Amino acid sequence: MLKYTIQRVLFMLLTLFIIIGMCFMLIRLLPPATLDPTDIHWETIEARREAMGYNKPLLVQFGIFLRDVFTKWDWGVSDKLYVGREVFSIFAEKMPATIIVNLYSIILSIPIGILLGIFAALKKNTWIDHTISTLTMVVISVPSFVYAFVIQYIFSYKLGWLPFVMESGTDYFTWKMFISMLPAVMSLSFGVIAGFARTTRAELTEVLTSEFMLLARTKGLTKAQATIRHALKNCMVVILPSIFGQFIGIMSGSLIIEKIFSIPGVGQLYIKSINAPDYPMFIMNTAFYTTIGLVASIVVDISYGLIDPRIRMGSKK
Amino acid sequence: MDHQNTYEHIPKEKFEFKQLDANLHDKKLETKPRGYFADAMLRFKKNKSSVVAAWIILFLVIFAIFSPIVSINDINDIKDTRKSQALYNLSYPPYISSIAEKNIGIFDGAVIHDSQTETAKLIWEAIGIETGYNPVIRVADTYVQQEKYRGQMRDVTYYKLENNKYYEKGVIYKVLSYEEFADIQRYQNETGIQVVYPYVEPRDIKDIKNNANIWYKVSDTKGTPDLDKDGNFVPAYSTNKSMEGTEYNSLRIESDNGDYIYSYAKSGSLHVRICFYNYYQYIYGHEPMFIFGTNTLGQCIFTAIGIGARFSLIFAVLVSAINLTIGAVYGAIQGYYGGAVDMILDRISDILSGIPFIVVTTLFQLHLAQKVGILPSFLFAFVLTGWLGMAALTRKQFYRFKGQEFVLAARTLGASDWRLMFKHIFPNSLGTIVTSCALVIPGVINSETTMTYLGIINLQETFGTTIGVLMSQGQTAMTSAPHAMIFPSIFISLLLISFNLFGNGLRDAFNPSTRGVDD
Repeated sequence: MLKYTIQRVLFMLLTLFIIIGMCFMLIRLLPPATLDPTDIHWETIEARREAMGYNKPLLVQFGIFLRDVFTKWDWGVSDKLYVGREVFSIFAEKMPATIIVNLYSIILSIPIGILLGIFAALKKNTWIDHTISTLTMVVISVPSFVYAFVIQYIFSYKLGWLPFVMESGTDYFTWKMFISMLPAVMSLSFGVIAGFARTTRAELTEVLTSEFMLLARTKGLTKAQATIRHALKNCMVVILPSIFGQFIGIMSGSLIIEKIFSIPGVGQLYIKSINAPDYPMFIMNTAFYTTIGLVASIVVDISYGLIDPRIRMGSKK
Repeated sequence: MDHQNTYEHIPKEKFEFKQLDANLHDKKLETKPRGYFADAMLRFKKNKSSVVAAWIILFLVIFAIFSPIVSINDINDIKDTRKSQALYNLSYPPYISSIAEKNIGIFDGAVIHDSQTETAKLIWEAIGIETGYNPVIRVADTYVQQEKYRGQMRDVTYYKLENNKYYEKGVIYKVLSYEEFADIQRYQNETGIQVVYPYVEPRDIKDIKNNANIWYKVSDTKGTPDLDKDGNFVPAYSTNKSMEGTEYNSLRIESDNGDYIYSYAKSGSLHVRICFYNYYQYIYGHEPMFIFGTNTLGQCIFTAIGIGARFSLIFAVLVSAINLTIGAVYGAIQGYYGGAVDMILDRISDILSGIPFIVVTTLFQLHLAQKVGILPSFLFAFVLTGWLGMAALTRKQFYRFKGQEFVLAARTLGASDWRLMFKHIFPNSLGTIVTSCALVIPGVINSETTMTYLGIINLQETFGTTIGVLMSQGQTAMTSAPHAMIFPSIFISLLLISFNLFGNGLRDAFNPSTRGVDD
């Protein structure tokens, strides 16, 4: 188990290194953003570029980049969006909004999703099951900007209950702020709820028909007892890892939802850095997104082994 | 119980021979043998929702093919200098003139205006009196409100109006050249549709210069009409022949006895008042007809959805085809050879799968778009990581089949590796591949729409528009013109839902053992 984990982490670092290296080279091959000589930050950026080796060979540039990142945690300065400011400090400013909105969303949707899934599985092949299954199917298929539109149109425009976009400012824990986040939270939740309902239903229907369930009933447990104590525990082998995956994924946020509801988060920063284009910001964001993706997949894989001792990770068959 | 009738006690004479002389043979099979695909087809047909989904997909594809052909509007009108002058370009609602005349509440280009004053209502009604196109369809609500005005309370009447947005534009000022003016007169004489209306001098209407709809005597600069004692508008048309731009030999309005001037000359060109609705007819040769309305640019949404959908569908099919081919070959090699080859190839695909899709798209756009064009570089971005899923699927299938007896037999007979892979093993995994194809297409459409929605890919130059672009345009004017968002949303949702349902149906049909695992 430990050996497998170490192997995976090492390989992840290698992958990360290769991907960031490629992105870095490809970005540095492009001419850097032209600067406005009248800007007060012009000299700072020029000096920083000189220090980062903009006119040295590519591999040397990459070396300098890695050295700066590892020794000083310095990811460069923004040269288009937030001229002259440290990329990482801007990024760190944007993080809380993304995390909070996504956290609300999964806290809201995981219980609903799992409950719907359990309900559908218990009532298998009845109209309840068919309705839930069809709805999950439909909800998963529809892209998130359609939900965003429907929610904005109905709740913000027609009924006027919720604001159109998120409040600006950084006091994230006021009631007003919470209300203004709700449209975004709701739009994000649909997909997650449907995903969890689908996984839970599929797992639970399989577990409910297995023999140990019959044994549990034979011992004299009621259906509810058997389901909660035996079936659900077995379902969790699949559901818990995906919850872990979701929790790690909240940091990457959603590009579209953040744009529509003007959430000052990392997703929006990423889109802005692409459209500007602001290359240092882009590299930093890319590194972050890649890391999140890789870490999530490792955590999901390893947690299978942690949750269910029967699964031996990394064993040869 | 009557034991006499049990079989041991049946008397011998009750038995008779069924067959004495004819030979006993195996009968020829009367039913047709059914292959794997026919069998899957039969199972697929039993799944009602998938069949419905298949029909919906067919319908949407037909819509995509034919809507730009049958539509009288062209989305490239915005690029045409002449046609772009008469665009309804602020998200106009759905309108079909022949249905609007019947007054049944649909396709009438209706917008709701709340809390309108008496003046605003009168200005709109004046448009109707002058041009015959009355924007006010109905007064939905009238309410009186107490308001403070110059220190005193007084009652103000407010209206909630349902207006035809196409008529609302009414009359506009336009600068024309002498040739254009002559051409419009020719058009008027031919068709009897009046485009040009008599000129009104600003000094006669309290110097109102920014509203061409004022053709009557006013009492203030807001356009409040100065009605006569019967409550009628009093025309304020100019009869000042000295400032007439050029001779006018065409349709005149009813009350005109030849005195009114229809143009006003200023620095080499003519200033005229034209009725926009009729000007549209003059430019385009037909009345405006927008089944789904127009977007912010003035493009017909009905046509634009068709164009966008054509792109999405062709692109998705192309991407899936390329990805399936690459994935199948890669997965086949991985699965067939196994061992070190498998491990190396697996590491490569692991690394590729770590790159976020948006990064790939952006980098390809930055580097390749200028050299090979936006579209091919977008395609490459999809291809770079898109085949990974397919390769994993094929690899699994190959591991399953490669040790089986029929492969051994073929190998013993001297079949080459290539032949074994693609003649013997591959057909066995065909079902899985067909199924995944149907599930890959909606994924590609979804990503493509997302990228164009976010504006990371800009295909407007090459393709006119895409569904994602339409939706991001619709999002900006969502409250005033929900139709610009609703129709593309319905289209894309319907397309994705039916593709997923269809794909699930196919999967169940081809692999009956996995039925209902995750639908």
